[in-house]
Amino acid sequence: MAHTHTDSTPRWEHFAHGSDIGVRGIGATREEAFEQAAVALVAVMTDPALVASKGEIIVECEATDSEVLLVEWLNALVYEMAVRGMIFGRFVVLLEGVRLHGEAWGEEVDVARHEPAVEVKGATYTSLFVGQNPDGSWVAQCVVDV
Amino acid sequence: MDMTLLKRVSDSEWQIEPHGKMRVPAILFASEELIRDMDAKVYEQIVNVASLQGIQKAAYAMPDAHWGYGFPIGGVAAFDPDEGGVVSAGGVGFDISCGVRTLLTGLSAEDMPPIKQSLADALYRHIPAGVGSRGLLNLSDDQLDEMLVDGAQWALRLGYGTANDLERTEERGRMAGAQPEAVSDFAKNRQRREMGTLGSGNHYLEVQQVVAIFDEPSAMAFGIRHGDIVVSIHCGSRGLGHQIGTEFLRDMAAQAAGYGIDLPDRELACAPIRSPIGEKYLGAMRAAINCALANRQIITHLVRRAFAEVAPRAELTVLYDVSHNTCKVEQHQLDGHSKQVFIHRKGATRAFGPNHPAVPEALRATGQPVLIGGTMGTASYILVGTPESEGRAFSSSCHGAGRQMSRHQATKQWRGRQLIDEHAGRGILIRSPSARGVAEEAPGAYKDVNAVVEASEKAGLSRRVARLEPVICVKG
Repeated sequence: MAHTHTDSTPRWEHFAHGSDIGVRGIGATREEAFEQAAVALVAVMTDPALVASKGEIIVECEATDSEVLLVEWLNALVYEMAVRGMIFGRFVVLLEGVRLHGEAWGEEVDVARHEPAVEVKGATYTSLFVGQNPDGSWVAQCVVDV
Repeated sequence: MDMTLLKRVSDSEWQIEPHGKMRVPAILFASEELIRDMDAKVYEQIVNVASLQGIQKAAYAMPDAHWGYGFPIGGVAAFDPDEGGVVSAGGVGFDISCGVRTLLTGLSAEDMPPIKQSLADALYRHIPAGVGSRGLLNLSDDQLDEMLVDGAQWALRLGYGTANDLERTEERGRMAGAQPEAVSDFAKNRQRREMGTLGSGNHYLEVQQVVAIFDEPSAMAFGIRHGDIVVSIHCGSRGLGHQIGTEFLRDMAAQAAGYGIDLPDRELACAPIRSPIGEKYLGAMRAAINCALANRQIITHLVRRAFAEVAPRAELTVLYDVSHNTCKVEQHQLDGHSKQVFIHRKGATRAFGPNHPAVPEALRATGQPVLIGGTMGTASYILVGTPESEGRAFSSSCHGAGRQMSRHQATKQWRGRQLIDEHAGRGILIRSPSARGVAEEAPGAYKDVNAVVEASEKAGLSRRVARLEPVICVKG
């Protein structure tokens, strides 16, 4: 039987954009949508299921609004992965207004196992949206430059 | 794109008359077929660019234009600071000074069969490519700052190349006006261990064969003959440029209203050239240009090492190194007067015609080489700037094939392994750490590069000199 979920089951997806790719997180809360958007970001590079939770890092960010905060969160992860040579697979986000406390678990990039397809240069303001669907579920999305 | 929105000027030129907030017209250079296939977003974005303060003459879209961030990729626009002109982080792009360097090898197609496999392996071993790859260097803070100020000249001091390499590099390998202090620690940290790495996505290193010559005298001046083997390197300023682009886009967007700039699209984030953030961005962007020039210089050194192992007879010299994501200060003719302007070329290549003082002396009578990257399965081109390119789009031309299909769609349509095998069957060896990365870069995901360069030639932006086909491709 196909996997079934209610509309607010936490999940992620990609959407098409000319030369790059869109990442979208969906969840019952804004926090879940941000967490799932991060999983979608990782999925641009590799299958998130291949990433082991060997180490944890903490990210703190702040922005003028919820949408810019999403871009800041994803860009903070891009930065941490780049300088640490890591890839993350699991995330926890706590939000207080436009302040974010995030935790990311992952491991060092293993080219043979992760076969990373492409590195993300940065999250962008293109197709940027954070808000609620009519059914109450939260969506957090933007295009990432690869 | 909806053709009814455009006024046809000629078979290769289309105009959008100023309307709404546009300060100047927008001009698209392309064949009717390319225009029809062009993203509707290109129309919206080029109209937005034409509305920016201080823009000169027109906003231009090159034949390979597609949907970018704020500016279309393939967008060209010049601004005068005396008229409140702006500088835009989106108008330069995230991969600052991404560009192409082509090396002559002294080898010809007949030399390849016995060495091809081992050369492909040696290049793949020597040149770090793909996600998580590290360079040979781990730069200290002082070394980073020196690199950001001196570019390829810094790389030379470390022994990565020869003085002749600089002769054939834009700005002689060193962009003046770089300000390392304008570059954040985040950006520097991202670059510390990435010097001499290729990156991923559409970046590549190719060994190519010259399969056609269109302009014998120019080809002779460039030192290329039919059957020659050349190497082309396509990459940019790596993590440093991406981080600078990201940070300034955010900060310019936040400050725009304060400068009375009404942004129709946040990605069009810009600031007056004469403003603290505008000047800071220019200093940081020039540092990123130096980073890209140093990066391609170090990769050149690694390519030489790989060739030395496999084909010691080869002698690798730089034909030219040209960037296609920049903002540069140049003198141009406007209303019969020579004027200094700030030219954004986002996915567009500078194309100076004959006798321009910025062209290396040995090539000056011919014009500047314009290096066009294609796809791993089709072709790349060497073009030359023409006398009329100055009057067309401030001496600018196309930069590549331009994507026509999303990565998402490409991975549904092709499998990396299958593409690698198919190309091997055609004599093209692909080396990449990621099969999915290869699928995302499938040649079929791109526009027809032949149509793009033909349109550039017809529009008078540049002229074809040679067509190159890949023999070996290292993908990140």
